[in-house]
Amino acid sequence: MEKEVLLEVKDLRTYFYTEDGVVRAVDGVSFTIHKGEVLGLVGESGCGKSVTSLSIMRLVDAPGKIVGGQIIFKGEDLLKKSEEEMRKIRGSEIAMIFQEPMTALNPVYTIGDQIMEAILTHQDVNEEEAKKQTIKLLDLVGIPDPKKRFNEYPHEMSGGMRQRAMIAMAISCNPDLLISDEATTALDVTIQAQILELMKDLQRKIGMAILFITHDLALVAEMTDSVAVTYTGKIVEYSDVRSIFKNPHHPYTYGLLESIPSLLSEKTKEPLPAIEGMVPSPYRMPKGCHFNPRCPFATDICRKEMPELKEVEPNHLVRCFHPVNVKEEVS
Amino acid sequence: MSEFKDKKIILEVKNLKKYFPVLGGVFSRPVAWVKAVDDVSFHIYEGETFSLVGESGSGKTTTGKTILKLHEPTSGHILFEGKDISNYSPSEMRPLRRDMQIIFQDPYGSLNPRLPVGEIIREPLAVHKIGTKKEQEERVVEIMKLVGLRPEYLHRYPHEFSGGQRQRIGIARAVVLNPKFIVADEPVSALDASIQAQVLNLLLELQQKLALTYLFIAHNLAVVRHVSDRIGVMYLGKLMEVADTKELFDNPLHPYTQALLSAIPIPDPDVKKERIILQGDIPSPINPPSGCPFRTRCMYAKDICAEKTPPLVDIGGGHYVACHFVKKGGKVEYSKS
Ligand SMILES: Nc1ncnc2c1ncn2[C@@H]1O[C@H](COP(=O)(O)OP(=O)(O)OP(=O)(O)O)[C@@H](O)[C@H]1O
Ligand SMILES: Nc1ncnc2c1ncn2[C@@H]1O[C@H](COP(=O)(O)OP(=O)(O)OP(=O)(O)O)[C@@H](O)[C@H]1O
Ligand code: SF4
Ligand SMILES: [Mg+2]
Ligand SMILES: [Mg+2]
Repeated sequence: MEKEVLLEVKDLRTYFYTEDGVVRAVDGVSFTIHKGEVLGLVGESGCGKSVTSLSIMRLVDAPGKIVGGQIIFKGEDLLKKSEEEMRKIRGSEIAMIFQEPMTALNPVYTIGDQIMEAILTHQDVNEEEAKKQTIKLLDLVGIPDPKKRFNEYPHEMSGGMRQRAMIAMAISCNPDLLISDEATTALDVTIQAQILELMKDLQRKIGMAILFITHDLALVAEMTDSVAVTYTGKIVEYSDVRSIFKNPHHPYTYGLLESIPSLLSEKTKEPLPAIEGMVPSPYRMPKGCHFNPRCPFATDICRKEMPELKEVEPNHLVRCFHPVNVKEEVS
Repeated sequence: MSEFKDKKIILEVKNLKKYFPVLGGVFSRPVAWVKAVDDVSFHIYEGETFSLVGESGSGKTTTGKTILKLHEPTSGHILFEGKDISNYSPSEMRPLRRDMQIIFQDPYGSLNPRLPVGEIIREPLAVHKIGTKKEQEERVVEIMKLVGLRPEYLHRYPHEFSGGQRQRIGIARAVVLNPKFIVADEPVSALDASIQAQVLNLLLELQQKLALTYLFIAHNLAVVRHVSDRIGVMYLGKLMEVADTKELFDNPLHPYTQALLSAIPIPDPDVKKERIILQGDIPSPINPPSGCPFRTRCMYAKDICAEKTPPLVDIGGGHYVACHFVKKGGKVEYSKS
């Protein structure tokens, strides 16, 4: 049942050359997204999620620079494309949605005009057809009264409606890959549920793949097929969603899952098993495994050497010298 | 059943309203009102955590701030330890500030960037003229240890700390006067997952050590379930439901609460939840719907819902619901319209 590979990121390195030193925001990241697959990229603030997505879109600005690796999309390395070629790919084959829709929407044009413009740029259709498609899209993403909403400006819409408009624009050209970077983070849970439902629905209907970026493990469990857990610019664990949640091997993943309050737990009002300490500063990375100062399992080797991302069981990669084994602990 | 049945009520809120003017016209006169808090009543028992949940703009922060008299109430009563403080002047409030404190969501914006941490934490002691300078400094060190900040950081400035540490500074400042009651407004929302658990643990520990009562405000319902004894669900400035935590999660009766709880994402890929997907957006608090504020999104709404505002009634066992179709004993009579 091998599926077709859509995107393969290989050993991606994106560094920022700041006055205070070099920030290795993305430091040797590799993952694969198949056609129609939803890959979750999860991790704490500053671990390099957004920089990974901007690298794929080739939108990293100075002082940042992609210094190594390959981004193979449909068999071709995006890092070798000209700016002109990238412009064609962006918005048509790869689209992106963000936490703050106002960064994607232009405040001085109506949302209808903006979506229509996107369609006219990337597709060979006339205005009338583009307008028809736009109204259909607005309807598809659940914006009520799409004919009227066509003429509204972004600021006239609520946060949830703007998010929908941005999604409508992102999917207007049937992209093969949608990158969603914390797209529901700022929304209320009931609106978040609406938008996630919409994304799942569209993903099924048009079969696009999604790179789903979030810091919220619960959303990862709901939305994704596979998961890459990142810490300090590196993937520390990578597997299918069930293995990650049912059998986490990296002490960081394990610790995170333990520390979030569960709706099913009976132990309310009791201390949560928290991970001690905090994420190290990008300018002062610890020697060895970057998680070692916070890790209850760390030994001498963890303080000296960086562990490789290795397969500990079929299709389950872990970057750790002493992987946790939940199943063993239970039995 | 609440273990707080026979406990003392520390705070009581009766028919509280807070309207903000919307100014307009050449004379900048109020042309409309934002009904941020619109006839809210509840009480909090000593030593418990009472939480307010609800969508953005539903009035949680305004309720918390009005209780502390950081906003003047438009009408209604606030009783703290039996005293009606709703008409207290700022100078009458001053001694009460020792007992009533607030922790903000934004650990960055709420700390003075120009003061070293030791001074930030000492300031409330100085304002209330408690002890000598030396005693105050000793107290600061004691509190820093209590909240998990190294006392050698005394002379550092807020920007030298991480988000989690800054939240600890905010908490230290709130507890340094040994208050009885703390409004914690989204205290962990801005923090990363691994730091959230640390700060929640600290809040729980302090509650036990210092016998604190919390009014806790948060939008993460799993977090709220973990820390709360009782919960109030707000929608458009009104309370829709109030119940013990377990009762609310096991037996939500208000249609809005049901939708809200069903929308919580579950960190388990094997659990597939039946979602109640609400249609549309929360209406504007400037022009809220007549009758039940939730009726425009409620799948059970009938004519009466537009005509009459359902009161928040005790249906038994300290479970309060504001819906025309939820009756005493928890009997529900709603049906899809
Ligand atoms: N323009 C920039 N200049 C310097 N450093 C940067 C810049 N942009 C990002 N970084 C650094 O790169 C690292 C990764 O940032 P990134 O935005 O990818 O994090 P993230 O995982 O998306 O975090 P969040 O959850 O907060 O969005 C961080 O250490 C950040 O400080
Ligand atoms: N100082 C103010 N002046 C005018 N309107 C205000 C003021 N403070 C709050 N409001 C309005 O009152 C309503 C309730 O706001 P409030 O901040 O209490 O909501 P909330 O439930 O805390 O929301 P959130 O979850 O976003 O923090 C909103 O419509 C808000 O815009
Ligand atoms: S390598 Fe060592 S320090 Fe790093 S996570 Fe594994 S056990 Fe912990
Ligand atoms: Mg980001
Ligand atoms: Mg608020």
